[in-house]
Amino acid sequence: MTAKTVVALEGVEKAYGSLRALAGIDLGVIEGELLALLGPSGCGKTTTLNVVAGFVQPDRGRVRIDGADVTARPAWQRGLGVVFQSYALFPHMTVAENVAFGLRERGADRAEIVQSVTDALALVRLDGVATLRPGQLSGGMQQRAALARALVIRPRVLLLDEPLAALDRKLREEMRTELKEIQRAVGITTLFVTHDQHEALGLSDRIAVMNAGRIEQLGTPREVYERPATRFVADFIGASTVLEARALEARAVEIAGGLRIDVRLPRPLVPGEHVRLLIRPERVELGEGADTLAALVIGVMYLGDHTEVRVELSSGVRLLATVRAAPPLGPGDPIGVRLPADAFLEIA
Amino acid sequence: MIGRVVVGLLVGFMTLPTAVVVVASFNPTAILSFPPEGLSLRWYENALTYAQFQRAAVNSVIVTGASALLALPIGTAAALALVRRPLRARGFWSAMLLSPLIIPGVAIGLGFLILAARFGLLANRAVLIAAHTVLVLPFVIRSVAVSVANLDPELERAAASLGARPRRVFRRVTLPLLRPGLFAAVLFAVIVSVNEFVVSLFVSTRVTEILPVAMFTYVVNYTDPTMAALSTLFIGATLIAVLLTDRLLGLSRILHIGDDR
Repeated sequence: MTAKTVVALEGVEKAYGSLRALAGIDLGVIEGELLALLGPSGCGKTTTLNVVAGFVQPDRGRVRIDGADVTARPAWQRGLGVVFQSYALFPHMTVAENVAFGLRERGADRAEIVQSVTDALALVRLDGVATLRPGQLSGGMQQRAALARALVIRPRVLLLDEPLAALDRKLREEMRTELKEIQRAVGITTLFVTHDQHEALGLSDRIAVMNAGRIEQLGTPREVYERPATRFVADFIGASTVLEARALEARAVEIAGGLRIDVRLPRPLVPGEHVRLLIRPERVELGEGADTLAALVIGVMYLGDHTEVRVELSSGVRLLATVRAAPPLGPGDPIGVRLPADAFLEIA
Repeated sequence: MIGRVVVGLLVGFMTLPTAVVVVASFNPTAILSFPPEGLSLRWYENALTYAQFQRAAVNSVIVTGASALLALPIGTAAALALVRRPLRARGFWSAMLLSPLIIPGVAIGLGFLILAARFGLLANRAVLIAAHTVLVLPFVIRSVAVSVANLDPELERAAASLGARPRRVFRRVTLPLLRPGLFAAVLFAVIVSVNEFVVSLFVSTRVTEILPVAMFTYVVNYTDPTMAALSTLFIGATLIAVLLTDRLLGLSRILHIGDDR
C-alpha cells in the first residue's frame, strides 16, 4: 500500500526575533488521515498550522500540497479549510452568510450556494439557525457553524486549531466523537492542533508530539503512549515515573538505594551501562507478598473511577501508581509495591 | 441628599451659559442683556438673512464636508498601520499623527498662514480644508483605532482561508466591522471642524471664512442678540444631529459607552 502524502513540510524553520518557534519541521500528512500536532503551549504547533495555512511565512524550508510547492502562495489561493480556536465567525453575517462566504468568493451561482450551504449545515447537524447571527448561538453551535464554513468549500485539507478548547468538558467530549465521525464521513485529510493528550489519543490516526519547535515523536496514539521515544513524550503523554538505573545483568538493573529490579526490555542490557526506565502508573501494583518492595504511602488522590497513590520506596525513590478500587490508604501507611518486569520501557 | 444638590448645582453650572444664550436670543431690544425684556424672533430673522452668515454657512458645509471626507480614509489607513503594522517607531508616528491635539491652534494657524502666503493661496478655501483635515485627523485616528484594536485578526485570516483576496477581505470583513468606529470618526470630525475657530481665523478671508469666524467678526462689530440667535440655531442643529445619530445608529455604541457588543 502506498499512502499518498497530501501535505508535506520540509525543513521548515521560523523565528520571531530571538525565539525559534520552529526549529526544523519535517512532516507528511497522509491522504485521509487525521494527524494531531500535540504539545504544550509555545511548542510551535499553532505556528506549524499557520505555516500550512499560509498565514505565516517560514524563514526556511518548504510547504508542499499534493507535491506542489505552495510556500510562496498566499492563504487565499491554497484552498484549505481552517477552523479557528475562537471560531472566527463573521459577527456581521448570519450563519448562512458565514457558510456561504467561501462559495461566494469562488463565484458559485446562487442555486449552488443555497444547496451547498443547506447540505453543509445538515452535515454538522445545525439546522434551523441559518438566519441567526453567530452571537446568538451557543459555543457548540458556533463550533459546528465554523466547521460547516470550512468544509463547504471542499478544501483539500482541513486545519483545526484547538477546535474544542473553548467548549466545556461535557460538550467537548460529545464534539470530539462527532468531529471524528464527520471527518470519517467526508474522508478529508485533517491536521489538528491540540494541547490535550486525551483529545489527541482519542481522535487521531497519528500524533506528532512537539516540543520547543521540533517534532519529538511521530506515531500512532498507541505507539506514542506505549513506546515514547523521549523523556519529554513520556512525561507529556500520560503520567509516568522515570527511573535512572544501572544494568547489573542482561535483565536486571539497580536503581537508587541499591534496589535490584528485574526488567524485560526488547534488548539485553550490557552490565554497567546506564539506562533510563519508564513505568506507567497503571502498571505499578500495590499489595502484599514476598516479591514486593517495601514502601510508604505519601499521598492519595481519589478521582472517581481510579485513585492515584504516590509511594516512596525505602531508598527514597518515588513512584506514582493508579489503582481501580480505592484501598483505604492514608499518608504514612506502609505498603508493598510490585514492579512487573515487563512494565518497564526504556527511553532516551 | 447633599449629593443630589451638588449634582444639581453642577448640571446647572454646566448648562447655564447655554441657557443664558438661548434666553437672550429672544430679547426684543438691540442690546445683549439678561434677563430679557420681552419675546421676539427679529434676531433670528436677522441671523438668517445676514448675507455674510449665509456665505459663511456655505463655507462651513464645504470645509467640514471636505475635511471629513479627506480625514476618514487617511485616518483609517493611519489607524490600521498604527495598530496592526509592526512599526519600528510606533510611538513616534503615533505622537506625530496625534500632535494637532496638543500643539496650540495659534501655532498651527500661523504655520498654515505662512505656507498659504508663500504659495499665493490666501484667498483659497483649500487652505482651510487642509488645516481642518489636519485638526480632525487625530479624532478620526483615535476613533478608528479603537475599532481596529477590537477587531480579531483571525476574522481576516478566516476570510483569506476561504478564498478572499486581500481587497475582498477588506471590503467584506474589515470595513463592515470597523463601521462603528468610522461613524464615530465622522461625528467627531464634523463636531470639531464645525466649531473650529482659532486656526480658521488665521487662514480665512471675508470670502472664505466659516461660521465661527463670521460670528466672531460680527460680535466684534455689533452687540445685538443676533449672535445669541445664531448660537441657539447652532445648538439646535447640533442637538438634532446628535439625536438623529443616536436614533439611527445608537450613539452610545458608536462612542463605546458601556457594553459595545
